[in-house]
Amino acid sequence: MIVGKTLREEQGMMPKVFGQYVGILAMLLIAVIIGAVMVTGSWLFGPKKVSSYKNAAYECGVEPVGNARERFPIKFYLVGILFILFDIEVIFLWSWISIFKHATPAFQKFTFFEFITYMSTWIISYLYVIRVGAIDWDETVSLDSSKLTHMSPIQESELEPIGVTN
Amino acid sequence: MNLLVFAVLASAAVLAALGVILSKSAIRSALSLVLNFMLLAILYFTLHSETLGVLQVVVYTGAIMVLFLFVIMLLSTQGNINLTESRDVKKIVGGLAGISLAALIGVQIYLPLASVPAPQFHAPQPIGPSYGAPEPLGLALFTRYGYPFETVSLLLMIGIVGSIMLAKRRVR
Amino acid sequence: MKSVWDWILDHQLALAIVKAIVWILPIFVVMPLTIWLERRLLGWMQDRLGPNRVGPFGLLQPVADGAKLFFKEEILPKGIDLLSYILAPAIMLIPPLTIGAVVPFAAPNSPLAILTPVSDINVGVLYVMAMSSIGAYGLVLAGYSGNNKYSLMGGLRASAQLISYELAMGTSIACVAMAVGTLKVSSIVSAQQTSFYGIPNVWIHNWTIFSPFGFLAFVIFLICMVAETNRPPFDLPEAENELVAGYHTEYSSMKFASFYMGEYLGMLVFGTVLASLFLGGYDFLPIDWKMMALHNSGTAPFANFMERITIDFGPVFLLAKAVGLVVFYIWIRATLPRLRYDQLMNLGWKVLLPAATGNLILISAWIVTTTQYGVGAGWGLVFAVFVIAAIVVTLYRRQKKQTSPQFEARTIRMVQLKPHVEEAVDQGSDPTNAEVVPS
Repeated sequence: MIVGKTLREEQGMMPKVFGQYVGILAMLLIAVIIGAVMVTGSWLFGPKKVSSYKNAAYECGVEPVGNARERFPIKFYLVGILFILFDIEVIFLWSWISIFKHATPAFQKFTFFEFITYMSTWIISYLYVIRVGAIDWDETVSLDSSKLTHMSPIQESELEPIGVTN
Repeated sequence: MNLLVFAVLASAAVLAALGVILSKSAIRSALSLVLNFMLLAILYFTLHSETLGVLQVVVYTGAIMVLFLFVIMLLSTQGNINLTESRDVKKIVGGLAGISLAALIGVQIYLPLASVPAPQFHAPQPIGPSYGAPEPLGLALFTRYGYPFETVSLLLMIGIVGSIMLAKRRVR
Repeated sequence: MKSVWDWILDHQLALAIVKAIVWILPIFVVMPLTIWLERRLLGWMQDRLGPNRVGPFGLLQPVADGAKLFFKEEILPKGIDLLSYILAPAIMLIPPLTIGAVVPFAAPNSPLAILTPVSDINVGVLYVMAMSSIGAYGLVLAGYSGNNKYSLMGGLRASAQLISYELAMGTSIACVAMAVGTLKVSSIVSAQQTSFYGIPNVWIHNWTIFSPFGFLAFVIFLICMVAETNRPPFDLPEAENELVAGYHTEYSSMKFASFYMGEYLGMLVFGTVLASLFLGGYDFLPIDWKMMALHNSGTAPFANFMERITIDFGPVFLLAKAVGLVVFYIWIRATLPRLRYDQLMNLGWKVLLPAATGNLILISAWIVTTTQYGVGAGWGLVFAVFVIAAIVVTLYRRQKKQTSPQFEARTIRMVQLKPHVEEAVDQGSDPTNAEVVPS
């Protein structure tokens, strides 16, 4: 509350050595310091009694089997790369988004159709992604009727009638 | 003061880049690359081009490097793999390819730079408030570079189709 | 005192550090309170007491827990990747602590204005996106570092979930940025202090949430935010009954605490971002008190008092909005069951992403139509799109009803059905009016 108007006027006269980014730097610095304190804190203060049972990987009381860093489904990779591509598609628009509202009507009209053309490829590729089922996670449980009819003749003969889930 | 900040950031970025090459474990390499990209983003910020810096973080640090980590985990590196081989033809061929690539890049960089007149050291120009802002970028992207911009969307579409084709074994 | 302040003002770095501390400190004070609030509220909603022993109403419980965790033994399990094991919890703290840099917490005419926002860059919303995407590293590294299958599954799930919902979140932020015409968060906030829909002499403020586009973007952002912070019902990465504790299974003591802290700080900071983008930021109520006093001179003393309060206590209102959001989080945690992973992905990719993108296209069409043909044409467009969307959805649902059975395969197999019902289900007709015998 000490900060008065005079001081704010002073700010305008300050030499601009740094840009606005210095605030971000300061915040990053504080975040890193807090993170470092959190990470090292209990190493400094906590007791250190090492035993092999304590240090075993948590596996609900069972001996861990094998290495945990095994291969995992390619679905995650697919989601990752689709994210990148769709993300970049939107990122190209950000700079335009910032000027569109306050631009001249002629520019707006022109760029709007440019934008629609751009988004049409977005829509096509999105529909392709959905159609192919690239992000359908569990293919066995689905409301899609084609999948249901496809799987029912196989499972009908194998399953018990009661209490069997898929 | 700005020079000091630049020196610290640039040397840290170089160290991170060295870490990418020198570390034995793939995941540490990737982490060094992440650090390098972050420092680059901050360097862009110190040069007052905020848009570039933020986009660097969004695209490279936030998206592409996450995928890199995914891929490294996907390939399942069981511990540290020894990447050095003692005697191999690949080494020589790779070295030659590297040298020729370096020469190619060097020529590409040197020729445009040679035509640039030597920098005259004078007082730094005052920077307008819109410098590094997204607005001029959007203006240029949608008018002057409208055609490449539309082509990019096609390229991204091809990317999406291609990645699905590669990743999915069986397409319905 | 005066001279110290002058020195700080003269040194930009010092001023920036002071600004950053002024932003971070209140969040750190409120964070334990939200932990307490969550436990108490959940207790109340589940008809039990919750922590009530330490301090008045158990208020000091989070402090006690924190102190305990500080003196706990740090276990470095076998087979960890030490670097990523140590880095992950520290990285988890970076996004929530840095996103706030672009969020203003006081009006430009308030005495605190010099301290806020910490860094008023002109790509503020993109900065929010950039920083929130860094959180994915914490999750991936935490999952990878421990030699534990639960951790790996949790980390993978969490990062895939984070990046999936980031798409829809970014697009919904883009909707707001496009409607306001700037990427600067402080400009987005101040644009919400103008009069309602741009109509002159109205004493209601134009918060983003009041417009139909803004409301849709708000709903999408809210859902994405819950998913980004890995809160129930989107807490699949740490689903207790499947993955023990997900990506932080292997962590103990202060490292575990920093995951925990990161979650709550993230809720609060994302709450302030949401408040700034949609709910008027530091504005108390969407009311222009000055205009109200002009319209109705009888209310002038009250309006002037409220105006004063609104300007002076901006940070309090911003934080109050964020805490209100945390209460919402807790409420849905107590209400909704956890999603399945395919449901989660379907919601993110097949509902939220097309909705947000459609919203974006609609807003651009609205802007073009209003500047070319006037506001009436814009509303006509919105109405037409709404009607078309309603027709399409109705047709789609009717078609789906005809072609697919009402039950999921899983539900059908759980009960024993009479033979003719089984037959009906297999043929895809509606089994609801048939008799069902539970097994």
